[in-house]
Amino acid sequence: MADPAQLLPGTLDLLILRAVSLGPLHGYGVLLRIGQISGNALLIEQGALYPGLFRLLRQGLLKASWGTSENNRRAKFYELTAAGRKRLREETDSWNRLASAIACALSQQPEET
Amino acid sequence: MKLLDSLRLRISSLFHPSQVNTEMEEELRSHIQLRADDLERSGLPRPEAERRARIEFGGREKYKEECHQALGNTFIENLIQDVRFRLRVLRKSPGFAIAAVLTLALAIGANAVVFAVLNALILRPLNVPHAESLYTIERGADKNQSTSYPDYLDLRDRNRSFDGLTAYTLAPVGLDTGKNPSQAWSYEVTGNYFDALGIQPFLGRFFHVADQHGPNSAPYLVLSYAYWHSHFQGDRGVVGRVVQVNKHPFTILGVAPPSFRGTLLFFSADFWLPMVQQEQVQGFAVLNDRGQRDIYMVLGHVRAGFTPAQAVADLNSVGSYLERTYPRDDADMTYSLARPGLIGSMLGPPVKGFMTGMMLLAGLILLAACANLGSLFAARAADRGREVALRLALGSSRKRILRGVFTEALLISLTGGAVGLAGSIALLRALSTWRPVPEFPVYVPVNPDAHVYIAALLLALVSGFLFGAVPVRQILRTNPYEVVKAGTTGIIAGNAGARITLRDLLLVVQIAICGVLVTSSLVAVRGLVLTMHTNFGFEPRNAMLVDTRLSMAGYSGDRVPAMQRRMIDALKAIPGVQSVGLVSYVPLGGGASTADVFTDQTTDLRPANVVAANVERYEISPEYFQAARTSLLAGRALSWHDDKNAPRVAVVNQLFARRVFGSVPGAMGRYFKMEDGTRVQVVGIVEDGKYYQLTEAAKTAMFLPFLQSPTSPTSVVVRSGRDREQLAAAIRSTLRDLDASLPLNIQTWTQGLNSALFPSRVATVSLGVLGMMGAMLSITGIFGMAAYSVSKRLREIGIRIALGAQRKEVLEAALGRAFKLLAIGSAAGLVLGFLATRVLAYIVYQATPRDPVVLAGVVFAMSLVGLLATWIPAQRALSVDPVILLRAE
Repeated sequence: MADPAQLLPGTLDLLILRAVSLGPLHGYGVLLRIGQISGNALLIEQGALYPGLFRLLRQGLLKASWGTSENNRRAKFYELTAAGRKRLREETDSWNRLASAIACALSQQPEET
Repeated sequence: MKLLDSLRLRISSLFHPSQVNTEMEEELRSHIQLRADDLERSGLPRPEAERRARIEFGGREKYKEECHQALGNTFIENLIQDVRFRLRVLRKSPGFAIAAVLTLALAIGANAVVFAVLNALILRPLNVPHAESLYTIERGADKNQSTSYPDYLDLRDRNRSFDGLTAYTLAPVGLDTGKNPSQAWSYEVTGNYFDALGIQPFLGRFFHVADQHGPNSAPYLVLSYAYWHSHFQGDRGVVGRVVQVNKHPFTILGVAPPSFRGTLLFFSADFWLPMVQQEQVQGFAVLNDRGQRDIYMVLGHVRAGFTPAQAVADLNSVGSYLERTYPRDDADMTYSLARPGLIGSMLGPPVKGFMTGMMLLAGLILLAACANLGSLFAARAADRGREVALRLALGSSRKRILRGVFTEALLISLTGGAVGLAGSIALLRALSTWRPVPEFPVYVPVNPDAHVYIAALLLALVSGFLFGAVPVRQILRTNPYEVVKAGTTGIIAGNAGARITLRDLLLVVQIAICGVLVTSSLVAVRGLVLTMHTNFGFEPRNAMLVDTRLSMAGYSGDRVPAMQRRMIDALKAIPGVQSVGLVSYVPLGGGASTADVFTDQTTDLRPANVVAANVERYEISPEYFQAARTSLLAGRALSWHDDKNAPRVAVVNQLFARRVFGSVPGAMGRYFKMEDGTRVQVVGIVEDGKYYQLTEAAKTAMFLPFLQSPTSPTSVVVRSGRDREQLAAAIRSTLRDLDASLPLNIQTWTQGLNSALFPSRVATVSLGVLGMMGAMLSITGIFGMAAYSVSKRLREIGIRIALGAQRKEVLEAALGRAFKLLAIGSAAGLVLGFLATRVLAYIVYQATPRDPVVLAGVVFAMSLVGLLATWIPAQRALSVDPVILLRAE
């Protein structure tokens, strides 16, 4: 497997929203889920997740509640709010547009420009 | 919703920062545990798994910080950060921090004390319900508060604008609870007293109008809470007990609540009893005599809907009715209202004036302290100019740097405020239990309340901002590139010129304040010293005073003078006693009795025809003048033959002779008339003296033989050169042999002057304390300025010395400016101080700044201040070694 890629600035929030959109998760769970859905291709320092979570919480895109994890530990679970769901859709669209534009630009052969 | 949620989060994090913190902590810990669980499952032992989990997590503190920022509570976080940083900075210069905190603690403490006294005596009303509408009634142009009982009844029943007028007088009584008979102070009050004031009993019940049915019909007693505690051990079974008041049985009805100590601010009664018992309590009954203005004070609540002006008009209409109906007794019955707590106009205005003056001085002290700290801060800012410049260059905003400066200023001012407040609370507690005049139940109830705490906090905040603001301009103007380029010396070079800077001005103002304080405290001290060597018209040294009231042991009628004569004879028999004189109230002892007199030709004895009003009236024994060392100028002293069967005679003072008879020689042998028409012949003339207050204008006085006009209040002057302890013991045992139930108060006459000297002493001590503080602040202020200027000009001084300058020239260069400022400030302070001490003359006898001793004292004190402050900087300037200095550059 290749070395995991560094995250682009601003993309962590999108990944968190995506991860949580599949069901309520605690912080560690979010991390695992991101690893899982990205095929472990991204490098995120574990602690770096939390400022992101709190930022989304403050923006009202996530809501949190205390619960019990699968192995019986007390943990804080995050889930999407309606606003979060909407934001995820918008961000996904704009990311896709950006990504395809960048991909398109990069895939052009030099002689064709 | 989103907005609300985020708002809620922010607010909850504002108020529960610790809760947010613990929750965050728990969440991060849970994350690490979960990760460790996974690692453990993959085969790692638990401790290793947890270690790995922590490492993988990364910098926990850093992420927590970021989380806090993400939550948006950056303000508080920044503040805490600032405070932590500033505390670290301050810890690095503990000398500066301690000096600054102590300076402020002194200044704020002084302000808190003065404010607390002001608050207690002037701002805070009497502790009764609806105190804002409670007024005392004063009569005539001289604001007299005394009233006769019949006049009081008319006022009470004929006015329409008061909700019940009540009256009281103060009376010392002998109280015998079965043990040692002792003297106590009572308020002798009208039956409606507690009801009119709206006070509820703490225990038992109060007496009411319905309890009274004429003279001596209500032998009841209401104890004050403090007296109940100190003399009855807070025994709840005290209600219904019978005690002896002046040998008459009185029943204790109840106990007043702790918050109510009477209707005078600093005169706390031990108990209250009905005025109808006057004959038993005072030994005389004048309740039916309209001319005997024996009631101390009349007071009541102005009825809702009436303005004070309307109430006065209403009272005046009653007054004119009284003048018309009783022309013989009542004249000048115009009324005015005043606040009762400080005895209305008697103490109110002077106390108010004095306290306002003190507050002003204390404020100036605080201002001086702020000026001082401002200079210190400015100097620090200048010294830290490089640091500031570097921080600016590295991208810190000026706002952030200024906030740091203010944080530091506020840290210091709040700490100083807290220390000062703690000190002042201790001082105020002590003041509250202090009894300045032992023979009277005088207290200064100045326990601090919320107002005082708030005032101290505000003062701390304001002064923090004040001195924090001094270096602001300096920081705003800092140009990082210039500073970094110029190195250490270039920053404040522009300020060292001849221009008058704000700091110079602050220093001059401060020295001037110090000058004012030093001048006025010296004037006060000098006045007090002179007072002690004044001729009062008697000689207080080498004399003992025995105070008692024969009515307290049940004496009345002819038994009073008989007992007094036995007392005099017994005391004269004590070995070493030169002379013994008896007087009703000793002059300057706080008690007084006055009378109006008419010329012999006057037949219509109405108040308007009085030739001398409010003549100080003393009943004396034949040997009194000898015992008091009052000089007899003409005629004879009184003798034992001037008794009930002899013609009425009197000795008068010079002013009396001049005022009533035109001249001193012309008064001998002439007659005057008393209020009741009795003709009295003048047989002797004595020197004028001081009778009631040291600062009083000359007063008329007459001395009557006690065999002709008996007196229950008794002061015996025992003149002797013997040791006072032994003498007091001898006096006590001698009098106890005569009558053990007579309460006695024995002291030296000098101690007896306490009440007369009290105001001047208070003024002198408080001015002295403020003066010391002012001087200290000036010393530190000048020191700071001089030290700074020397350190900034070390190079110049070094060059001067190298070029052969003399010590004098070096000092002039280094400290000339400091001395110039000192001279200007001192001169201004002296002038202002002279102006200020005119006010002092009302409080301190013979306080005058036109006194070479005072002038010399002020100059000397200010020079001393200057010398102390510049000594160390001068030494430093003189010890500059040019070689070392120039090599170092």
